[in-house]
Amino acid sequence: MSILVNKDTKVIVQGFTGGEGTFHSEQCMAYGTNIVGGVTPGKGGQEHLGKPVFNTVKEAVEATGATVSMVFVPPAFVGDAVMEAAAAGIELAVIITEGAPVRDMQAAKACAVKNGMMTIGPNCPGIITADECKIGIMPGNIFKKGNVGLISKSGTLTYEGANQVVNEGYGITTAVGIGGDPIIGLSYKQLLQMFQDDPETEAIVMIGEIGGDLEIQAAEFIKENITKPVVAFIAGQSAPPGKRMGHAGAIISGSAGTAKEKMDALSAAGVEVVISPAEIGKAVKKVLS
Amino acid sequence: MNIHEYQAKQIFAQYDVPTPRGMIATTPDEAVANAEKLGGNIWVVKAQIHAGGRGLGGGVKLAKSLEEVRTLADEILGMTLVTHQTGPEGKLVQKVYIEEGADIQDELYLSVVLDRAAEMPIIMASTEGGMDIETVAEKTPEKIIKVAVDPAFGFQGYHGRELVFGLGITDKAEQKKMIQFAQKLYKLYMEKDAEMIEINPLIKTGSGDFLALDGKMGFDDSALYRHPEIEAMRDISEEDPDEREAAQYGLSYIALDGEIGCMVNGAGLAMGTMDTINYMGGTPANFLDVGGTANAQTVAKGFEIILKNPNVKAIFVNIFGGIVRCDRIANGILEATKMVDVNVPVIVRLDGTNAAEAAEILKNANIENIITATDLGDGAAKAVAAAKGEK
Repeated sequence: MSILVNKDTKVIVQGFTGGEGTFHSEQCMAYGTNIVGGVTPGKGGQEHLGKPVFNTVKEAVEATGATVSMVFVPPAFVGDAVMEAAAAGIELAVIITEGAPVRDMQAAKACAVKNGMMTIGPNCPGIITADECKIGIMPGNIFKKGNVGLISKSGTLTYEGANQVVNEGYGITTAVGIGGDPIIGLSYKQLLQMFQDDPETEAIVMIGEIGGDLEIQAAEFIKENITKPVVAFIAGQSAPPGKRMGHAGAIISGSAGTAKEKMDALSAAGVEVVISPAEIGKAVKKVLS
Repeated sequence: MNIHEYQAKQIFAQYDVPTPRGMIATTPDEAVANAEKLGGNIWVVKAQIHAGGRGLGGGVKLAKSLEEVRTLADEILGMTLVTHQTGPEGKLVQKVYIEEGADIQDELYLSVVLDRAAEMPIIMASTEGGMDIETVAEKTPEKIIKVAVDPAFGFQGYHGRELVFGLGITDKAEQKKMIQFAQKLYKLYMEKDAEMIEINPLIKTGSGDFLALDGKMGFDDSALYRHPEIEAMRDISEEDPDEREAAQYGLSYIALDGEIGCMVNGAGLAMGTMDTINYMGGTPANFLDVGGTANAQTVAKGFEIILKNPNVKAIFVNIFGGIVRCDRIANGILEATKMVDVNVPVIVRLDGTNAAEAAEILKNANIENIITATDLGDGAAKAVAAAKGEK
């Protein structure tokens, strides 16, 4: 078991033939991901990495039965690409692209929700179910199969966390990089619930950072709904307060989004909070033994 | 990206958002000439820097004669203005905005920002104009009216009604003016890809008109490519030169006051590395994220920027490769040692994509200053020890 994706998941790649799209599609296929084709407008009918290329997501879905799309489309076109996936009946879009305009992602997310499509990202490393399916840019070899679920805003801290879990002799069920942009798809709450419901996952690692209040919401959610042990790290305890022009953004949530505030809320919810990311592995060992 | 008040008001004017008339000046002579052109007998001389709290810091003053305009412009131009948003070092004032005096009957607050939880723009308004809005939010949150606007459906009549009734505006003509004001501001926010617009205060004049007396705007950096007219408003003197140079090479750099230079991929791991250095008893000299497209040249540039800081006693390169390939970083480190004089110990931890190739590259190069580390904890410990002069 795992969450969201497994070895049977049929995946297409939007932005399949581009530089990053090609490099990472190859890596995903080598990992075992069932990539069934890709989309690059104007290159329909060609073959790339031994898989068919389509002009539109609609054609790709009709021909392959794909349910998940990995999106490598450049920032200026990514909003459009996500909406195309939603309209074509894709169930989950994993958006790797960095630097997408917020306005475009706002519209794309609203469109995805309306069409019942889940999204992960943008600006994220993607999702990986260990030894089965990698949809993203993470180095697959560090994710060994095990019983720990991982959720992270940061890409490289996802790798760091997973690597430590594995080095302590445990492994990963599924790891999800949710991205740190102002508008993101699946967040801590939904993913925590999925890991809670996954019989194979026995502990959850949650990695957050300063800004916003998603981690505070997660803390409240954990208190009420999560019975499995959770380990958390919040990056940015030593970050200087940003030179901001105005403070209007922080007023909405009524929270300043500091690391301390988040760590305190998580501790109060019974989460094992670590001060350094170098302690994640040891903390997992502690909660599982 | 942020812009100055006078620039925000230029954009307001394009959208027919009412403001007092004003003109920008860089010398006292120009200030006086502009005041003459504006006419009247009362003017406001306003320092133009990218920070709030200018009035309290002494950067906004009232002039009742042309001679006073000259004296105040002379005083404010060239001053280092310190406000609660500039940090203790303050900011040098290079431009003043000369604005006609306004007949202030009432001061309100209006802003448009993204509500991350609702995932749509939100218009915030308050009768407590002229005050620090954070204080209002803390002490009297009931005095802040919030109206979320779904871009799929746009600004509707009820959004306007919630605002004006919330603000206690009862006069029909005034209600109409206020609703139009907010509607135009929302349109501007969407069309220009603004990150935030804040008007504090928004004033009501004796004749019942609403005017933006101040204006702050920030824009979504990711959307600037489609707004060259906004990009043209960039004031590079408001930006840190090292941060700016780094940005040109795709590096995200922020100087700090510690001793250990950091070069990391990914903002989260970069912060986590700083946190770990602190945890181990050291102090980070900077935040540096090499980004997802790092190559030999950008890494070399990163070293150059880090080493400009004379406090740096060791450098910790901490890379967990995903999109970044470790072999490129290793080559960058070698390149850097040829291009710049790397005279401090460099602790290198490379893990992830192509880490084995990278280890081979570094091993074959056999450079004396380079100390390899096996993991984050090991690397941070070695960096802290090296900065203290221990082996």
